[in-house]
Amino acid sequence: MLKDITIGQFFPGNSVLHRMDARFKIIITALFIAMLFSANTIIGLVPGIVFMAVCYALSKIPFRLMLKSLKPIIPIIIFTSFLNIFFLDGVVLFRIGFVKVTYDGIMYTVMMMLRIAALIAGSSLLTYTSSPISLTDAVESLLSPLKKLRFPVHELSMMMSIALRFIPTLIEETDKIMSAQKARGADMESGGLLHRAKALVPILIPLFVSAFSRAMELALAMECRCYQGGEGRTRLKELHSKGADYIGLAIALLFLDATVLVDLLL
Amino acid sequence: MPIVKTENLTYTYGLGTPFEKTAVKDVNIAVDEGELCGIIGHTGSGKSTLIQHLNGLIKPTSGSVFIDGQNIWEKGVKIRDIRFKVGLVFQYPEYQIFEDTVFKDIAFGPKNMGLSEDEVSRRVKDSAEIVGLKPETLHKSPFELSGGQKRRVAIAGVMAMEPKVLILDEPVAGLDPKGREKILAQIKRYRDEKNATVLLISHSMEDVARFTTKILVMENGGVFCYDTPPKVFGRAAELAAMGLAVPQITRVINRLKSAGIDIEGDIYTTDYAVKKISEYLARK
Amino acid sequence: MENIIEIKDVSFRYQNGEEDSANVLEHINLNIKKGEFAAVLGHNGSGKSTLAKLCNAILTPSSGVVLSYGFDTSDENNLFDIRKKIGMVFQNPDNQLVATVVEEDVAFGLENIGVPTEEMRVRVDEALKAVDMYDYREHAPHKLSGGQKQRVAIAGIIAMKPECIVLDEPTAMLDPRGRTEVMNTIRMLNRDYGITIVLITHYMEEAAEADRIIVIDGGRVLLDGKPESVFSKVALLKSVGLDVPQVTDLMYRLKELGLPAHTHIITEEAAFDLLYKLLKK
Repeated sequence: MLKDITIGQFFPGNSVLHRMDARFKIIITALFIAMLFSANTIIGLVPGIVFMAVCYALSKIPFRLMLKSLKPIIPIIIFTSFLNIFFLDGVVLFRIGFVKVTYDGIMYTVMMMLRIAALIAGSSLLTYTSSPISLTDAVESLLSPLKKLRFPVHELSMMMSIALRFIPTLIEETDKIMSAQKARGADMESGGLLHRAKALVPILIPLFVSAFSRAMELALAMECRCYQGGEGRTRLKELHSKGADYIGLAIALLFLDATVLVDLLL
Repeated sequence: MPIVKTENLTYTYGLGTPFEKTAVKDVNIAVDEGELCGIIGHTGSGKSTLIQHLNGLIKPTSGSVFIDGQNIWEKGVKIRDIRFKVGLVFQYPEYQIFEDTVFKDIAFGPKNMGLSEDEVSRRVKDSAEIVGLKPETLHKSPFELSGGQKRRVAIAGVMAMEPKVLILDEPVAGLDPKGREKILAQIKRYRDEKNATVLLISHSMEDVARFTTKILVMENGGVFCYDTPPKVFGRAAELAAMGLAVPQITRVINRLKSAGIDIEGDIYTTDYAVKKISEYLARK
Repeated sequence: MENIIEIKDVSFRYQNGEEDSANVLEHINLNIKKGEFAAVLGHNGSGKSTLAKLCNAILTPSSGVVLSYGFDTSDENNLFDIRKKIGMVFQNPDNQLVATVVEEDVAFGLENIGVPTEEMRVRVDEALKAVDMYDYREHAPHKLSGGQKQRVAIAGIIAMKPECIVLDEPTAMLDPRGRTEVMNTIRMLNRDYGITIVLITHYMEEAAEADRIIVIDGGRVLLDGKPESVFSKVALLKSVGLDVPQVTDLMYRLKELGLPAHTHIITEEAAFDLLYKLLKK
């Protein structure tokens, strides 16, 4: 069940988006988020959503995967729409008992839903098309000016990359420990909140113990491979920006302008 | 009546996704009470998936599982009760230990069964004794013990539920010869004392040959054969073609046989080989 | 032949206060020669892993001296030099892979020592081809089998071009297929690349493939010699909880019955020849 989560996964490929410099992809994703949040109306969201749709088409990532990435956030969407529909003032459409449903409420709700969905789908595309290592390298490169301020940029990106490496391993381990405790009669599906919290202890403790021992062993293995921090390191893959990357950035900026323009005109 | 039975058991992972894979297909087995059954096969042959069906951790995609004649997915059957009846020890079980004393950790299963404190205590002591843990060890922290001892604590934790069927996934993986020998003997003792049935997955043909009464060979998610050790190792050539090693002794004796020396019987342990070779020499 | 690792009168005890401070190793004297394939055999807790960790200065002796390629392992200034020459492979394949892509992991050590990018590319590819994992260079390590992961770990070591590799129970967590893959790789490194191998194991089948077996028990060297002569001490090995190959055991038992068998036999081939002569006629 834990294996079904697709957010943060990487799907190797050779599309234009896959080949793009990860630093540019991060900046473009930031611009995309700016598009979504600078729009105040549903029509204002259109340029952002069109931009995302074009990107998905270019990436050759199946549409199905995008829908799957949205699945975990459905509860959040339902919850916020519920609040918005019933508690926003405006032109009243109809009433159920003492609650009223307004035109503005519905419009705002639809916009929020679209915005959240586009946000998740769009930012998922970043991880779908970029290997984790290129992302951490990009973050390191983008943050490198901070090195002058003694900010531990290399250490941060190394931690990110190790975390990404071990997430699948720990997820597998969690599944295994859960099964082992269920086989000993652990009951995780019933009871109140307190009971359920308590039922997590037999899973969390073994998981922590194992994570710590893995960390110790990994540190040892890294030392044996002459790891000494960021000083004097070279890279197998260096990030290179190409002409296409700048074109991509320019297109994203155009769409952002369009968003702002649409909002101003309406 | 067999104590463990499956009918056309099939399980497919990730149904409807690109990662769809049938791990177990159309498995029909019937294990009789008291049997000590070894399960062999490659990684990916479906062994681990199969055993997780037997205590209801996995629900079959199609087909059924019967424990003691009871269809475990029938309406009204509490799956937790099945898990107490069919104890499952995972591979490297020491990673499931979480309590601060050995006693409490072994007691986790029996407590979940809702037994009285006296009964829990009796079972903990009983199973600790079977796996050779000294009474004073019960009050220690399990995290201070050696790897081999932790393994035995984890196995005792399942034995303490006194399941009628005890299933173990590679219980001796990674242990040295002495440690392997001890744990195998303790499993056998559990089966003898509690009149239980044991199923165990192993990669060691030598262990399986010496230790079991029946062998289940899995291949590509299906059953290749289920028979007594002499019958199974009698098919040495087929096993080798599958990439499963037969015991070294069997290979040597089989070569002698094909070189024209007619030693009787299907030989798969050193003891038996010594006996048959001396008999052969005596005959002449 | 030249000694590359010299262990001189080394004792070792772990120092973590409350633990009983008994010596794990007691006055060990041992030399590893250039180009040899040595197996260190012992049961769990015999001190064999400690011995491995002394070779590349993960641990330093409580008394005595370890010289690796002439460098004293107790001197911290020598760490880098020693570790560039002696690579180490550990038991759990998951806990030694750092990167999320196979080739990036193989490059990790090279990145650490500052190898230029173009040269790194060449060495990474060569190392991956050597362990037959080149086709998997863009895969994620967690999707590989245990044997494949361990081969990637080995590739990461050989990319550094070490002269010696110490492997601490590299097959203990693998299935038979993975064990065969890893053992084939180890043998190939020794034979084709001339890399000195120190293999820590408790599997006697694996030790039987080495040129030399060192049996450790109770922190001391119990036996040291060619596999044939070490395994011929059947009773001694069994008394310290170790096994011998099934055919050696068979010979031992036949010999006890007064038959003309001898215990220098450790392979199927030799056992067949002897039995055939014995049983023919």
